[in-house]
Amino acid sequence: MDNISLLTMAPVLNVQLLVDGLLIGAIFALVAYGLALVWGVTSVKNLAQGDFVMMGGYIAYAMTLYGIHPLYALPVSIVVMFGFGWGLYKAVIYRVVDKDLFTSLLATFGIAIVLQQVLNLIFGPEVMIAESGFETGQYLDGGLTVSNIKVLGFVLALLLAVAVVVFMKKSRMGQAIRATSQNARAARIMGIDTDKVYAFTFALNAAICGAAGVLIAMIWVIQPYYGIGYSIRAFVIVTAAGLGNLPGVIMAGLGLGALEQFGSFILGAEFQQAIVVGLLLIILIIRQVQQSRHRQVVQ
Amino acid sequence: MSASQKTMLLYAVVLISGVAAPFVFPNYIAQIAVLWMMILFALTWDMMGGQMGYNSLGNIIFFGVGMYASAIVQIGLYYDVAEYTSHSGAVKVEYDWFQYMLGIGLGLIVAAVASVVVAVVLGRILLGLRGPYFAIGTLGAAIAAGELVGAWDYVGGGGGVTLPTFPGTGDQRSLFFYFSLFALALATFAFLKWLYSRRYALAVNAIRDDEDKAMAMGIHTLRYKTVAWAMSAFFLGMSGAVFGNMTGFIEPLEIAFPTITFGIFMVLMALLGGKGTLWGPVLGAVVFHVIKELTWTYFLGWQWVALGMLIIFNVAYFQQGILGWAQEKWPDFFGLTVDKSDTREASDEAAREVSS
Repeated sequence: MDNISLLTMAPVLNVQLLVDGLLIGAIFALVAYGLALVWGVTSVKNLAQGDFVMMGGYIAYAMTLYGIHPLYALPVSIVVMFGFGWGLYKAVIYRVVDKDLFTSLLATFGIAIVLQQVLNLIFGPEVMIAESGFETGQYLDGGLTVSNIKVLGFVLALLLAVAVVVFMKKSRMGQAIRATSQNARAARIMGIDTDKVYAFTFALNAAICGAAGVLIAMIWVIQPYYGIGYSIRAFVIVTAAGLGNLPGVIMAGLGLGALEQFGSFILGAEFQQAIVVGLLLIILIIRQVQQSRHRQVVQ
Repeated sequence: MSASQKTMLLYAVVLISGVAAPFVFPNYIAQIAVLWMMILFALTWDMMGGQMGYNSLGNIIFFGVGMYASAIVQIGLYYDVAEYTSHSGAVKVEYDWFQYMLGIGLGLIVAAVASVVVAVVLGRILLGLRGPYFAIGTLGAAIAAGELVGAWDYVGGGGGVTLPTFPGTGDQRSLFFYFSLFALALATFAFLKWLYSRRYALAVNAIRDDEDKAMAMGIHTLRYKTVAWAMSAFFLGMSGAVFGNMTGFIEPLEIAFPTITFGIFMVLMALLGGKGTLWGPVLGAVVFHVIKELTWTYFLGWQWVALGMLIIFNVAYFQQGILGWAQEKWPDFFGLTVDKSDTREASDEAAREVSS
């Protein structure tokens, strides 16, 4: 608990943690938005979300091995992961879309295991980083250090989020996706190929995750088994914000990022995962209380 | 042979082969002992997931709780636990027969009680969640449990605890743990067979089919759910206590709370065999364990990929499980009658009767 007094004595540390948390939280929000998209449209709860992120990260890492700057991996990862997501939908997900909810959860859990093991077999279990070679900026008389790549990652995450939102609002496919999520049956009657919409949504989510993975590989570290942490973070954010609530997802993402930074600073870095999981349990309990209250009102 | 004679014969075969197995295959005692534990895992998971529709991904918590509770009792009987664990295995604990058996006997009881208490407390928190939220919540609880025990210095933290050494010879040791797990699996099966013939099973199945309607019919659903979870925790806790002593060394992430190994295996075995039946989980556990041992031996390095593929294949293409598939294929053998009143054949037959 000594670290709490440290925070009160050196206020600039608070700013440092907050900035770090917000910058990373934007990427959490991006991943969570992808999850909410798939959840809302196909009602598949994708437990392999974090492993898609890791795949994107390893694409960036693999490109640095050939001397290509990881920023160029962003479009590559988006395209590759889009194709991968489409293929995965056609192979597995379409068989579980209309099954009960636990089935899709377990199927994506199986996918997560396969992905992390394949990544482990290809790249080994070491912690990796895609070196981007950006400077570290000093602010507030050296009290606040922010590496420029984090700022760039934050901006790119925002741009990607805006691009996806504009796509959903304006494009033909985006409209079809929204129609299907509102009422799949009615959409089908109106001539929308809902199966294609599902496949596209799942692929779009994989592409979003791939982009987020490239950013994380540059800013933080990647490791084959770190995926589950991102999956749980995405679930925390989506259950806290609710489906179809984009401002909520962004706020929850930023909040989670900041909370994690503060929590792991105060309690120690080894508690980082326990903090996220604990938060998930607390949010689930709050939801449960709300639900039971709702049921009582209905009664 | 009548149906009851057939079942008696089946039980006799299982019993005799279970007793004979360690003497016929002395090199595989450990693997067969784990097979009995896997059967127990699948059966206890199915109590929740198959019969009640509450798919838990975190039942492994009770396994770990039982393991640690028993370890604390066994060491704490004659030593100071905190002092012992702080030496992290440097001090060897030598017990004589009486001390060892007393420790493990008390350990089993405490393990069962501790697991039941944890199940009731967790149940108050988690059992109000429905569907996928329950699955994710229990998964989170299991991961958190491993992390928390890993940070708890009293029980050795992430470094783990070495358990007292078995006083007898190596052969006696493996036979002792083999028959302990065998007896636990048999007890679980017998208990569930009795339980599923009671009114309890009807209530629990009603919760699976439609919880709100079950509640409206006057079933106290939360109480039933908590009792079901506590019962599966009871057996899981004891199996954890025995397994911890069998490996001789326990640590939080890989042995006591292995969420993505044992924790997922139990789900997979029940699904593979056919959930919601008594024999399905048993069958699934046997098939799965054989597949697992083979892949671990012959595809080392790729075993996890094979396992993930098996999960995907199982849930995406083979939902009904082995027993479910067999029941669909040969309903007569299982004494099931198929209602054909809505099928084409039935209407054809009816048309023929009218015309003749």
